[in-house]
Amino acid sequence: MNAIYLMLIGLAAMALGYFVYAKFICEKIFKVDPKFLTPAHELNDGIDYVPTNKYVLWGHHFTSVAGAAPIIGPAIAVIWGWVPAFVWVVLGTIFFAGVHDAGGIWASNRNQAKSIGSLTGDIIGKRARSCFMIVIFLLLLMVNAVFAVVIARQLISFPSATIPVWGAIVVALIIGQLIYRRSIGLMSVTLLGVIALYAMIYVGAKLPFSLPEQVAGLNANQSWIIILFAYAAIASLLPVWVLLQPRDYINGIQLFIGLILFYGAVLAAGPEIVAPPFNTDLPEGTPSIVPILFVTVACGAISGFHGLVSSGTTSKQLDKEPDLRFVGYFGAVGEGALALSAIIATAAGFATLGDWQAIYYSFGQGGVGAFIQGGANILRQGLGLDNVLAETLLTVMVVLFAGTTMDTSLRLQRYIFQEWGVIYRIGWLQKPLQATLLAVGSCLLLAFGVGGDGSGGLLIWPLFGTTNQLLAGFTLLVITVMLVKRGRPMWYTLAPLLFLLVMTTLGLLIQLKSFYNQQDWFLLSLDIVVLIAAILISLESSWVLGKQIKANKAEAVNR
Amino acid sequence: MKLSDLKALFDRADHCAEEFYNAPYRAAIARARREQDDLFMLLVFSEMMGVPNPVSYYTLELQPILLERFHDWHQRMGMEHSPLDHIKCC
Repeated sequence: MNAIYLMLIGLAAMALGYFVYAKFICEKIFKVDPKFLTPAHELNDGIDYVPTNKYVLWGHHFTSVAGAAPIIGPAIAVIWGWVPAFVWVVLGTIFFAGVHDAGGIWASNRNQAKSIGSLTGDIIGKRARSCFMIVIFLLLLMVNAVFAVVIARQLISFPSATIPVWGAIVVALIIGQLIYRRSIGLMSVTLLGVIALYAMIYVGAKLPFSLPEQVAGLNANQSWIIILFAYAAIASLLPVWVLLQPRDYINGIQLFIGLILFYGAVLAAGPEIVAPPFNTDLPEGTPSIVPILFVTVACGAISGFHGLVSSGTTSKQLDKEPDLRFVGYFGAVGEGALALSAIIATAAGFATLGDWQAIYYSFGQGGVGAFIQGGANILRQGLGLDNVLAETLLTVMVVLFAGTTMDTSLRLQRYIFQEWGVIYRIGWLQKPLQATLLAVGSCLLLAFGVGGDGSGGLLIWPLFGTTNQLLAGFTLLVITVMLVKRGRPMWYTLAPLLFLLVMTTLGLLIQLKSFYNQQDWFLLSLDIVVLIAAILISLESSWVLGKQIKANKAEAVNR
Repeated sequence: MKLSDLKALFDRADHCAEEFYNAPYRAAIARARREQDDLFMLLVFSEMMGVPNPVSYYTLELQPILLERFHDWHQRMGMEHSPLDHIKCC
């Protein structure tokens, strides 16, 4: 089958989901009201609550939720064949992620734009909120440790990316200074920034840079991980306008350009899919497709992280309630399109089935590397780019995503430590520097604590999926309870919630067994923590929903 | 397309890009700016509260301009009412 069909079917299905299903959900279930005074207007303070144009808000939402995860997950999942990954990404985007993201904005918007954490406390209870905090902390820890490993590996495998990846930071620093100190129009600065970034990709392809094999007893992988954490710690301590803001901006622009280039190349080249539709010849040690597929592909199908953005900043800036369909649901479609590009790159980017099998020789091997190699082949065929240049382009794209996510999540982790400092009245923990050092320290402990080569984060990747899905469960639960309270149909959010809970719990149990067999006590204990959280959520869900349904029935009888 | 249309289009794109740039960080930057303003306010009013101010000569004449913002500031600093006898804003 030609990849063009896969691309057209996938994009058309997601577009149909937006025009038909999302319209139904927003108008008939959420009953969005154009006259509803959104918190952005009601509480407009020019700081947190600011009514924002829906296209701008979509750009903010989409670039905030899109990280390296929608690439890593699908690229690994193609090992079971491209059909399961494709079906889960498309259906997951339409029936799970879109409803979850738009619903997250709706729930928050109807509650003074509160975050999903405080909504969990208000609507479900204090126990659930404590559970939520633990899940968030674990998730941030995993994101930081995993992304550091992913970036380090890419910088070693593709040394041509070193100059553009680190150069992008210099470009961002200059953009930040130009905008704030010189007040130059943003479009001119953007053009200059994009040209500089792509010029560096060209230079990087000509001048690859690798770290020496051994520095002070550390190999290149370990050295890169330590450098990355040192950078992330500094970045998270700097004022946001200096580095994070311009870096996120230029990264967002690059995401749009990268997606257009990739899909353009697929259209021009029309590569044939070489990966099997269903892989019957699975390498030894590959876990069962059910339930691991549904926890491996989290972002791109459904991701709890989106709920944090939806209720954190997006809902505070919603101009009109009907905009949440475009911002939330179409934001999920954007991420689905990114995940689809990862599936196409890894399924159609190789010349023969043998080449594909050489990459996918064991579970977890075909991640970002397969996306970069396969995607580069498609870019070469479609746009006539030099192979090294195409590989550098995609590596820079992946690394910049992972890098900006790392900056932000390290900052968030620091906030959690500072918050604990306030709660437990520990003075020194409330200071940014100490809290940052603790955040970095915990990530390094995870990265080097398991295995010693710094890749500890990657081993827990399957736990990232389950933790992330649990977070999505929290958001879906809040939305479902709100729907039941209003006497509306609940199955459109309850069905995805039940599906996620069953798959997550199954996934955790299977992993528990394998960690026990491997005598990996560290991962076993982490698994147990997440499992307890999953069980608590299931119990809380049934208890809260049961109580609400009973109350509704009693009210109906009294009436 | 006329040159003026093109310029209008560029200006609109510039406006949208600016919004896209600021939307995620509006709150963080506003807060950082407010903290700087608070520190500045402390410098301007410090002498009246008995804190030696090394730049009092320059800040004295700014006090009337900042009086309107004084109320918000002392509340953020944790003082329910104005700490200064001769400035009673609340």
